[in-house]
Amino acid sequence: MVLTGAEIVIRCLQEEKVEYLFGYPGGAVLHIYDELFKQEKVRHVLVRHEQAAVHAADAYARSTERVGCALVTSGPGVTNAVTGIATAYMDSIPMVIISGQVPTAVIGQDAFQEVDTVGVTRPCVKHNMLVKDVKDIAATIKKAFHIAASGRPGPVLVDIPKDVTAQKCEFVYPKTVSMRSYNPVVKGHTGQIKKAVQLLLEAKRPMVYAGGGVILSDSAEKLTKLVKALGFPITNTLMGLGGFPATEKQSLGMPGMHGTYEANMAMQYSDVLLAIGTRFDDRVIGNPAHFAQVARKIIHIDIDPSSISKRVKVDVPIVGNVGDVLDEMIKLVEGTSERPDAEALSTWWKQIDEWRARDCMKYKNSDEIIKPQFVIQKLWEVTKGDAFITSDVGQHQMWAAQYYKFDKPRRWLNSGGLGTMGVGMPYAMGCQLAHPGSPVACVTGEASIQMNIQELSTCKQYRLPIKIVNLNNRYLGMVRQWQEFFHGNRYSESYMDSLPNFAKLAEAYGHVGLEIDKPSDVEGALREAFKRKNDLVFLDFKIDQTENVYPMVQGGKGLTEMILSAEDL
Amino acid sequence: MRHVISLLLENEAGALSRVSNMFSARGYNIESLTVAPTEDPSMSRMTIVSIGSDDVIEQITKQLNKLVEVVKVVDLSEAAHIERELMLIKVRATGKDREEMKRMADIFRGRIIDVTESTYVIELTGAATKLDSFLEAIDKSLILETVRTGVSGIGRGDRILRI
Repeated sequence: MVLTGAEIVIRCLQEEKVEYLFGYPGGAVLHIYDELFKQEKVRHVLVRHEQAAVHAADAYARSTERVGCALVTSGPGVTNAVTGIATAYMDSIPMVIISGQVPTAVIGQDAFQEVDTVGVTRPCVKHNMLVKDVKDIAATIKKAFHIAASGRPGPVLVDIPKDVTAQKCEFVYPKTVSMRSYNPVVKGHTGQIKKAVQLLLEAKRPMVYAGGGVILSDSAEKLTKLVKALGFPITNTLMGLGGFPATEKQSLGMPGMHGTYEANMAMQYSDVLLAIGTRFDDRVIGNPAHFAQVARKIIHIDIDPSSISKRVKVDVPIVGNVGDVLDEMIKLVEGTSERPDAEALSTWWKQIDEWRARDCMKYKNSDEIIKPQFVIQKLWEVTKGDAFITSDVGQHQMWAAQYYKFDKPRRWLNSGGLGTMGVGMPYAMGCQLAHPGSPVACVTGEASIQMNIQELSTCKQYRLPIKIVNLNNRYLGMVRQWQEFFHGNRYSESYMDSLPNFAKLAEAYGHVGLEIDKPSDVEGALREAFKRKNDLVFLDFKIDQTENVYPMVQGGKGLTEMILSAEDL
Repeated sequence: MRHVISLLLENEAGALSRVSNMFSARGYNIESLTVAPTEDPSMSRMTIVSIGSDDVIEQITKQLNKLVEVVKVVDLSEAAHIERELMLIKVRATGKDREEMKRMADIFRGRIIDVTESTYVIELTGAATKLDSFLEAIDKSLILETVRTGVSGIGRGDRILRI
């Protein structure tokens, strides 16, 4: 069948079973939009800014097992999308972004809305490709989806000049992809896996440290099975929350800069550390030299060889897909009667319980003023711990991660790597579309939410009943906290004057807005919001202006050098 | 430590910048980089000379392997290998310097490939250190311009880099 390039693009997306395409039209993609108009299988979601399109597609991928898809025009369409692409890249989210380009004849001539898209996006994509011939569109898109979803996932961009979308050729969608230069390892090395299991069985102070790789490979069940069979303590990183049920006793909470005391202590003083789908990043282990002071054996499972021994030397590296490796490990553990030394394990647990008894997550609640931690705890109660929670970036993000106990994977969507303020609402949009009927809440702050506030309009258009939990402290909270701790209380540009009336703003967009300033009203407001199944409700919580996130490990400090509360300052 | 890394990559537009971008983005050092298509025109071969600790070189090879267009990477300096570099050097060759320059070129087994009344262009091939020595050996004030290709490397004996 002879089709135009634009028809081919849409046919490819249909072949890939793309349910939602998040995008924004413009000159270079007009042919593609024309073809979108003529069909119904791929549903387009019109955002108000291209950054939000990419974030929403990213959230669609994070909350499902599918590849997210976005469509933007050339020039500013692409540059607006860059933040979204970089966000997805840092968190290894599978995504395909299709961008329009100026016609091939004028590429390089500084044409209207021209930008070197492949060049601009190169450092923040897993791969990108410029299609110069209509005959290459189908194979390129097939490749893009394959690369995005396989190995360590990531965003892949396909740049298509306008004239190519108008040319015609025979359409055949390739069934398979074969690339001599790209064959990610999936199966782990059997010998290494055996070595790892042996180390685990001989461990006296074992610790499991699981990251986003567990979520991305859909291995939460396998991980839970292995950890329960071994009876080991586990910590899940910011990207790995929900990889093991947070309400289980074996879960020590999150590690790292704002992790729990018990998780950080157990990470540091373990004798065997099993790291799964995680990358020892600076927000998790603090200073690598300090981390390396304590001798311990480290097993590291990761699909990306470059993640292994990048920041921390490991003893047993296993390159492979987390799920496949966990399968092998479970088989080996189940196949042997050998079990970890029960006495040593019980001594270790006693030590952990002592650390836990410090109750590092306690905070002083108040009857007068709303504490942000209290809002998140109530949010957890009201939603029975079963909502999809997205967050923006800052203090509220940490409070959400600390106080909302995630028992299931893919329920927590945040920008962990890049730390992009403004992701919260677009994430909630992508997530709500992927899970119609499920409760979706966006935990945000008055600063972050304003970075993509225009999307309230998109939410109206698509009737997305998300609940926005705005922890409004009239400060760039995390910046203010650092200025208080490390810059002599000089609050340089961290106070926001002239904030809008968010409740009224939400109403202006056609939504429901609530303002809450008393602790006694928190629960009622949340219940009211979730009762309104068809409305977007903007809950503007006026919270304590000076509340800080504890515990805290300062940047550059060791993992165990924690500030547990204001008294430690 | 100085390492000579050899790689095969798809001969596609942008592949070179993907490699060089990776080096600059991650703060790795490139001493020299040469690239040209192989006998199979769909593939290019690149030789990169980089200086870094073992950890850094390990990361470099891993990060190179991660690039979708890179087919194969090998650190040639891990075993016996040969390095060659080509230099073209234009020198002033007048009066007594003319004979002296010819003599030096002969000693270094260079060839004079362009002659004018007042200049020579000498072609010199060898390990980078040999080219450096030649530059040391001649009178610096006579050098008009030099151009070097950067190192090309190949493994000795049965060490073969191909797909």
